[in-house]
Amino acid sequence: MWSTLRDEAPRFFGYYNLLFIGEAFLHTLALSYLGALLGFVIGFALALFRHPRLFPILPLRLFAIAYVEVFRRIPFLVKLMCVFFAFQIAGWRGSMFTVALTTVVLSAAAFAAEIVRGGFDAVHRAQWDAAEAMNMGRADTLWRVVLPQSWPVILPPAFGYTIGFVKSTSIASQIGVLELTYVAKVLNTRGFSALICFGTILLLYFAICWPTKLLGERIERRLTTRVRPVAEPMMA
Amino acid sequence: MSYLAIDGLSAAYGRQPVLTDVTLGVEKGEVVSLIGPSGSGKSTLLRVLVGLLAPAAGSVAIGGEQVDYRDRRSLRAARDRFAIVFQQYNLFQNMTALRNVTIAPTIVKKRTQTEVEAEARALLVKVGLGEKFTSYPDELSGGQQQRVAIARALALRPDILLLDEITSALDPELVNEVLDTIRLLAQDGMTMIIVSHEMAFVREVASKVVFMDQGRIIETGPPARIFDAPETPRLKEFTAKILRHR
Ligand SMILES: Nc1ncnc2c1ncn2[C@@H]1O[C@H](COP(=O)(O)OP(=O)(O)OP(=O)(O)O)[C@@H](O)[C@H]1O
Ligand SMILES: [Mg+2]
Repeated sequence: MWSTLRDEAPRFFGYYNLLFIGEAFLHTLALSYLGALLGFVIGFALALFRHPRLFPILPLRLFAIAYVEVFRRIPFLVKLMCVFFAFQIAGWRGSMFTVALTTVVLSAAAFAAEIVRGGFDAVHRAQWDAAEAMNMGRADTLWRVVLPQSWPVILPPAFGYTIGFVKSTSIASQIGVLELTYVAKVLNTRGFSALICFGTILLLYFAICWPTKLLGERIERRLTTRVRPVAEPMMA
Repeated sequence: MSYLAIDGLSAAYGRQPVLTDVTLGVEKGEVVSLIGPSGSGKSTLLRVLVGLLAPAAGSVAIGGEQVDYRDRRSLRAARDRFAIVFQQYNLFQNMTALRNVTIAPTIVKKRTQTEVEAEARALLVKVGLGEKFTSYPDELSGGQQQRVAIARALALRPDILLLDEITSALDPELVNEVLDTIRLLAQDGMTMIIVSHEMAFVREVASKVVFMDQGRIIETGPPARIFDAPETPRLKEFTAKILRHR
C-alpha cells in the first residue's frame, strides 16, 4: 500500500493537480463558511420575525415558520436540484457554484433560525416583561438583555452546523461543482488510487473542520467568562 | 377621585376572560394588598396596569390623568409612573446588580451615568446590599435578588410600586429580609399594591385588603375586617383555608 502511495505521490501532487485541488479547497471553504455565514444572517432574521414579542405580525411569523419547517426537512440533494431547476426556470445563468452556494444559504438559514429561536427561548419571559415594564424598547431589550443571554446557547450549535455544512457541500459534486469530493472523484477516474485521492481530501476536510471547532470553543469560552467591572464596594 | 382610580376594568387572555369589571381606588401613600386563590387574576391586574396586557374595557387614571393603553405616549407615561417586581427572574441575568439598577434610568430616562450610579449605590445600600454591587444575579441568594429588584424599581422613581408575590419563590428564611425592605418603603409613604400570600404581613402593612376570585373583586376592606369578619362565603372559605394552613 505504501509503495503505491510513494510511486503516485510525485505525479499526484504535480503542479496542475495542486492547482486543481487548491481551487476545490477554496470552493469547499467558501461554500461552507460563506454559506453558513449568510445563512446565519438570514436565519437570524427569520428567528426575529418568528418571535411574538419582536414582530407581532402574523404573516411574517407564518412565513418564518413555514420556511423553517420546509427547508429543514428536505434532503440537501433535493434542495440542490430544486435550486438548480429554479435557476433554469428563472433563466438565471449562474454557475454551478452559485447554485450550490444558494442551496447552502437557504438550508443554513432554516437551521440557524431554529438555533437562534432556541437561544431566545432560553431567556425567561419575565426578562422581556421586566424590560417592557421599564419602558425599554424592543431593540434595547433584544441587544442588551436577551441576546447576551442567548449567545452562549446559540453559538455552540451554530458552529456545529457550520461543520455539518462542510460535509453537505460534498453533495454539490453531484451537479459538478468543483469542490473537494468532486476533485477526488475526477482524479480517481484519471487513474490515481482511491487511497491517495480520498486520503488527501480527507485531510483537507479535517483542516477546515478542526479550526472551526477550536474557534467555536474559544468564542464560547469568551462568552461564558464574565467581565466584572472593577468597582469598589461601598460600605453601608 | 382616588390617586389611582381603576374603573370597570376587564381583560382577557384570548377569549378567556380573566378580569371582570374591576373597580378599585388607591390613595397616595396607601398600601393595598391583593389576596385571593390561585388564578383569581391578581397578577393579571398588575400586568394590565403596567401595560403588559391590554385591557378589554374600563379605565385607569393616575393622579387624575387617564391612561390610554392603546396610545404609545400614554402607555409610556403610565409605565413611567408604575414600577413592578415579579415573583422571580426580574433581574437581567447578564448584568451586575448595579447595572441592573442603572440600566433603565440611563438608557430609557437618559439621565447621566454618574448621577444614576450614585443613586443606585445608595439604593442598594438601603436594601442592605452595599457589598454586592458587582455580583451577578446567579451569585446572589433569592432574597438578595429580590432586594436588588426592589432597588431597581425604586431607581425608576415610580409613583406606585407593584409587587407580585415577590417572596413566594423564596426559602422561608429569606422571606423576612425582603418583607423588611417593603416595611421600610411603607414607612417612607410609598404607594404600593402588593400581591402576597403572607397574610400576617398583609395584615400588618396593608391599609386596605382586596379579595379577588375568578377575576372579580369580591370584597374590599381594612385588614381587620377582611380577616376577622369576612362577609361573603367565598372569602370565609378562603380565610378558613389559609388559617388551616398556618
Ligand atoms: N399568559 C397567559 N395565557 C393565558 N392565560 C393566562 C396567562 N396567564 C394567566 N392566565 C390565566 O389567567 C387567570 C388569572 O391568572 P393570574 O396569573 O392573574 O392569577 P393569580 O391570581 O395571579 O394567581 P397566582 O396566585 O397563582 O399567581 C388564570 O386562569 C390563568 O390560567
Ligand atoms: Mg400571580
